[in-house]
Amino acid sequence: MDRTRVLSEGHIFEDHAMNDIFVIIGRLFSSFWLNCELFLLTLLFALPLGLILSFGSMSRLRPLSALTKTLVWIIRGTPLMLQIIVIFFAPGLLGWGSPWGTGSAGRFSAATMAFIINYACYFSEIFRGGIQGIPRGQTEAGQVLGMTKTQIFFKITLLQVIKRILPPMANEIITLVKDTSLARIISNKEIVMMAQEYTSKGLIWPLFSTALFFLAFVGALTLLFNGLEKKLDYFKA
Amino acid sequence: MAILEVENLYKRFGDIEVLKGIRFSLEQGQALAIIGSSGSGKTTLLRCLNFLERPDEGIIRVNGAVLFDSGNPSTQREAEIRKKRLNFGLVFQSFNLFPQYTVLKNITLACELLAKEQFGRKGDHSADIKAMQQVIENEAYELLEQMGLSEKAAAYPHQLSGGQQQRVAIARALALRPTILCFDEPTSALDPELTGEVLRVIRSLAAKKTTMVIVTHEMSFARDVADHVIFMDDGVIVEEGRPEDVISNPREMRTRQFLSRFSNESATGEPR
Repeated sequence: MDRTRVLSEGHIFEDHAMNDIFVIIGRLFSSFWLNCELFLLTLLFALPLGLILSFGSMSRLRPLSALTKTLVWIIRGTPLMLQIIVIFFAPGLLGWGSPWGTGSAGRFSAATMAFIINYACYFSEIFRGGIQGIPRGQTEAGQVLGMTKTQIFFKITLLQVIKRILPPMANEIITLVKDTSLARIISNKEIVMMAQEYTSKGLIWPLFSTALFFLAFVGALTLLFNGLEKKLDYFKA
Repeated sequence: MAILEVENLYKRFGDIEVLKGIRFSLEQGQALAIIGSSGSGKTTLLRCLNFLERPDEGIIRVNGAVLFDSGNPSTQREAEIRKKRLNFGLVFQSFNLFPQYTVLKNITLACELLAKEQFGRKGDHSADIKAMQQVIENEAYELLEQMGLSEKAAAYPHQLSGGQQQRVAIARALALRPTILCFDEPTSALDPELTGEVLRVIRSLAAKKTTMVIVTHEMSFARDVADHVIFMDDGVIVEEGRPEDVISNPREMRTRQFLSRFSNESATGEPR
């Protein structure tokens, strides 16, 4: 018996037999694409923003560093889930008019923005730790050799910082993969939400498939980061 | 004319006055040894010369040209400081080699960057740059030969002993052909067996009449190698003169107290 159900935005999905494995996996795949998009967009914007924030926290201008540090403290000190909800609902409820509209594109944008700000703050602390952890002697050696500040940063400091921050960045990025599920809190149709719908219809295996999707993704990232660490192993700080 | 003249140098860190009116001069080809206990200001003095610290008061002249004058703000501009640093070379107590580059690249890096700057951005200078790089590399190999480290050119700093790393650091400083070469306690971070190889290198530089300022705790080395010795205590120069006078036959009580701590050692650091 066919039944149609409106799942989102007027799209009408044919209900299908619960033993139609390929359809289910297909839907899981396409909802996992949302997680992937969120992951990639967050990295794309949070990495440079994190670098800017780290320079802000290290700035010698007191007001700037105080402001940056307060922002980082607030963002790291409150749940990401909460931040997603605030970013989506607050503008409308505070009377400024919601910029997000009523469709899925707006919900996705709101979630992406919350993720970018959140991860930029975490990245900025890792960057700051890496940069400040480079011994002062390295910079001074560059200075007495007549190098400019730019040359010192790109030729001396940068590679040492990268080697230093690779493990904590790998950690943070792997956490991001799984955090993408949180976007569901404002009804973004990501994979865990999709799998849960099947669970409520009596099927457990889509949850395990979902787990496999994540395992594969994180596995690939782990291989990538291990490879990078090996590449930088030719020198020891 | 003296190659280095320092007048009236004062330096304060917060409430603590570290340099209280230092004045001395150095002739070309001479080696100056600065001795004194920790906290006497010797390292700060050296860092002021290399523009790693900015003196609060005083004048620094090299070859008659004023490099720093506390009374003249135009000598203190950042853009100029970089060029002025090139008058001096500095060998650090903890070597500070760049870990991600080979020994050879550590020596040539700064030279290559400076050479590239001379060409400017317009036009294709790749042939000229290549020629320059070849010259720089050849000179680096020569320096490594002088240091006795020719076979280590492709090694990375972490693969070398402390004494080897310090000799590479000396080669790196020499590659830029500084007017005055400074050493900040070059052997203090080394195991006693390794100090000899570094002191030998400095001795040979002195024999070649390299103008040097050496902050050191190696008394017999200072006595053998230096043309002029300064004893600093608590931010002032207590006594200065020839090594035979200051180290072997000090006049001042403070100098004698300081030197009495040091046992008799040969110039290469081995006990007699």
